[in-house]
Amino acid sequence: MGGVHPPENKLAEKQSIERLDPPKTVAIPLSQHLGVPAQPVVTRGDVVKTGQLIAKGEAFISAHIHSSVSGKVKKVDAVIDASGYRKKAIIIDVEGDEWADGIDRDESLLKDFSLDPKEIMEKVHAAGVVGLGGATFPSHVKLNVPKGKTAEYLIINGVECEPCLTADHRLMLEKGEEIMVGIQLQMKALGVEKAIIGVENNKPDALSHLTRLANDYTGVSVQALEVKYPQGAEKQLIKALVNREVPAGKLPIEVGCVVHNVGTALAVYEAVQKNKPLIERVVTVSGSSVKKPSNFMVRIGTPVSELIEAAGGVPDDTGKVVNGGPMMGKALSDLSVPVTKGTSGILLFTKKETPRPAEQNCIRCARCVTICPMGLEPYLLAPLADKQRLEECEDERIMDCMECGSCLYICPSAKPLLDHIRVGKANVGKMIRERSA
Amino acid sequence: MNILTVSGSPHYHAKESVSNLMYGVIFSLIPAMLVSFYFFGLPAVVITLTAIVSCMFFEFIIQKYLIKGPVTIFDGSAIITGLLLAFNVPANLPLGLMVIGSAVAIGMGKMTFGGLGKNPFNPALVGRVFLMISFPVQMTTYPQPGAFPTRFADVVTGPTPLTKLKDGIMQSRTVSEIMPELPEYGNLMLGNMGGSMGEISAIAIILGGIYMLVKKIISWHIPIAFIGSAAIFAGIFWLINPEVYPDPVFQLLSGGLMLGAIYMATDYTTSPMAPWGMIIFGVGCGLLTVIIRFFGAYPEGVAFSILIMNAFVPLINRGMKPKRFGEEVKNG
Amino acid sequence: MNEFFNEITVLSVVSLSALGGVAAIVLFVVAQKFKVIEDPRIDEVEELLPGANCGGCGLAGCRALAEAIVKAESLEGFSCPPGGNEVMQDIAKAMGWEAGESTPMIAVLRCHGTRELAPPKVKFEGVMTCAFAHSLFAGEGGCPFGCLGCGDCVEACNFDAMYMDKDTGLPVILDDKCVACEACVKECPRNIIEMRKKGKKNRRIFVSCINEEKGGVARKNCKVACIGCGKCVKECKFDAITLENNLAYIDHEKCTLCRKCPPVCPTSAIHELNFPPRKKKAEKEAEASN
Repeated sequence: MGGVHPPENKLAEKQSIERLDPPKTVAIPLSQHLGVPAQPVVTRGDVVKTGQLIAKGEAFISAHIHSSVSGKVKKVDAVIDASGYRKKAIIIDVEGDEWADGIDRDESLLKDFSLDPKEIMEKVHAAGVVGLGGATFPSHVKLNVPKGKTAEYLIINGVECEPCLTADHRLMLEKGEEIMVGIQLQMKALGVEKAIIGVENNKPDALSHLTRLANDYTGVSVQALEVKYPQGAEKQLIKALVNREVPAGKLPIEVGCVVHNVGTALAVYEAVQKNKPLIERVVTVSGSSVKKPSNFMVRIGTPVSELIEAAGGVPDDTGKVVNGGPMMGKALSDLSVPVTKGTSGILLFTKKETPRPAEQNCIRCARCVTICPMGLEPYLLAPLADKQRLEECEDERIMDCMECGSCLYICPSAKPLLDHIRVGKANVGKMIRERSA
Repeated sequence: MNILTVSGSPHYHAKESVSNLMYGVIFSLIPAMLVSFYFFGLPAVVITLTAIVSCMFFEFIIQKYLIKGPVTIFDGSAIITGLLLAFNVPANLPLGLMVIGSAVAIGMGKMTFGGLGKNPFNPALVGRVFLMISFPVQMTTYPQPGAFPTRFADVVTGPTPLTKLKDGIMQSRTVSEIMPELPEYGNLMLGNMGGSMGEISAIAIILGGIYMLVKKIISWHIPIAFIGSAAIFAGIFWLINPEVYPDPVFQLLSGGLMLGAIYMATDYTTSPMAPWGMIIFGVGCGLLTVIIRFFGAYPEGVAFSILIMNAFVPLINRGMKPKRFGEEVKNG
Repeated sequence: MNEFFNEITVLSVVSLSALGGVAAIVLFVVAQKFKVIEDPRIDEVEELLPGANCGGCGLAGCRALAEAIVKAESLEGFSCPPGGNEVMQDIAKAMGWEAGESTPMIAVLRCHGTRELAPPKVKFEGVMTCAFAHSLFAGEGGCPFGCLGCGDCVEACNFDAMYMDKDTGLPVILDDKCVACEACVKECPRNIIEMRKKGKKNRRIFVSCINEEKGGVARKNCKVACIGCGKCVKECKFDAITLENNLAYIDHEKCTLCRKCPPVCPTSAIHELNFPPRKKKAEKEAEASN
């Protein structure tokens, strides 16, 4: 159902992952995951090693945060993050690159499946692994199947349906083996027999590579998927792979599925086999005017400006910088924003590509209705949300909207449908919370 | 330092705009237009141009001096209204009437409600029905097709196949008696028959329709539901009594059914939003057309049936929602 | 023919009369059965209210307030911001109650980050509402507390008491039109607008900033931000100023409008409205220029 076909523009597709050296200072935000922000356990002046725990996420939905560099804690202060607001972060001055004890930095593949599910989960928790697809939901929570529910499938998201982004694509090509081991570990933790890796048809090399590898691992299969956006949205992916629809407002476990990103599978591998916490990730830097579109393996907390510098600097005609993909990413107002666990890409738009087309009257062409992957009616929701008719918004299931942006993308009148719906969702959410309170 | 722009996602936009879509529709109308020029000659060209220019003129006047808002006459929507209105009248219509029709179509049909995207009824059909009711004589003297007539005087007038049939049935003749007097199916396909300018050639219209489907300007739901239901209902009557009710193929090829189904009923603004709503809308149009043709006073019912169904669009939109994701849980 | 015609006439007259009679009876019965007995005083009170249905009283319109007042049999706890004291006195008189005095209030904008003083660093695109801009980023000027300038408050105002100043990008509140209905206060996603005492001769002193960031950070974005230095707190002899989260706040209940604090503010974040020009300062400037 639904879906759009934005131009793919995967410019960095052929660029292998390049490891960037740690910057001079990093700012590691305390809230890099969905849920409660972590509590710092270091203070100003403390000397930390790479991979050392610096903030604890003790709440049920929270994640630990580790230092991505070695050096001295400069301060714990508010810095602008991708949200555009100042949030608490631990700022560390980098000195050398000394790693904490117990982390195996050897690149060789390890296959040790002797751990029991609980131990795997604990190790994932200890390493602060979160969903690397963008939603940054703490992974250990997902690996812990709630009572009364059973997981049947582990679904691995290698779709990367966002245009421009190539981070997952490169990971599948270069770290396929590690991802497979990560998947096996996740399967063991969940107690499932079957894992399906979903990959879009536009990555034939990754598809064939993973299919070949999957032969050696029992229960793992690779499935090619039609190229469309948003194929990689959790619910749409489950529908495409196992033909089950997650009920509105429910989690995938309701239909016996657990979805993890390929990047997360790699992080799980590293956490369990190498004791390496999540301190670095692959970030695509791309854009039509970027000199050297690249995929960088960077330490968490590196300023975005350093990444752009490594890709050839900020082009003169840059009009917009986006953190994430072009369909769901957030426009940055400041380039000192640090890379977080959820940063999948940094995209630069030229001044020409920046402005939205001028808004016109809605001609009721029904394109937004046809393409909405959730079967909503954006043309109806947007004015209702604008006029604050919240009950009607709720009846029209505004809360089902996952903000994929397809409606605004396709609208020939360039109506800011999603802008209105976002505000409406926030208001309806508030209304629902007040009602239940 | 560059000033960066901050906006909500998405940061891509499809290269589509209202005027792109509108000009796509206009482009797809070219075959039908050429056919009308071929059979009705210069008068057809003059009528078409008059309709387009006067529609744009009235839109300009109203937007500039009455609404005092931005003028958007070049977005293509006024051109389409003019073109479709011209397609819906006989080629020898006095030019003055054409101007009046355009004024009604744009003024009453479209701008009264707030302009593009807000009108409940198809403006071209509002204009046509207004002319039909106000000037029935001029609107029903159809010129007979002849290759490239250059002057109005050259035009031989006569009834359309549907009128001939209706008159015949009224005189209690049987279909099989009347049929030999009507053009053959091949001529009906090509457009070699009396009728409104643009509605005569089924083939040209279908060609345009296919272009629009391929370019995704329209979806298949309304045309297929309209044509299909009209064929089915006409077929049922035909099976009951073929001497009173002609066969469905004749029904589909004669009159404005093709033009109505492919261009008039699929008008974005005045058709439903959800797929099932579109199908209901199309079926309603088909059913009403057949009923008006068989039992109404007028020989042709496409315009009325579409206008009637237009009135039901808000109701259909309310009742027929798209299937929400995750609403019915199908596991397997 | 004639006979037949007559028959039809008689028949229709009789049947229609019968129908009318039945309908009348039904209507009468229903009207009696479902009669709502309303206190006539509600209408009386409603007459006296301004009828703006602004919701400033916290109830859904004037009728609702009238009902609530009559039900409570007192004016305690009720107020009509647009009607003010006069209306409440009128109602009290009409009902034969006593009405307490209520202080006139007015909306005050606590941000002065104009385009010049807090220059835009980024450009905002999309739906021009504060609610959306607030959800998206800190604002064009970079201050996460400051006015976003999209005019949701102006949109919310039912009394034409606000307009957007195109040059500064800030809303302006008109003293003579504001009825303190609090519609703008509720609408502002950043709680910048506050209801304060209107003050004698419309004179008011307030901190025109709600930025809680550290002084340096706040100052970076806006030249007139409160930096939380506390000078005004020391200056105030009436304990009217408090400093919390790097932000000074003047309690309008305690402030005596002595005008001591505005001159000491290093960033001119404290605003005084409708006061005569300062003599001393003017004289000093004159001396200095001489």
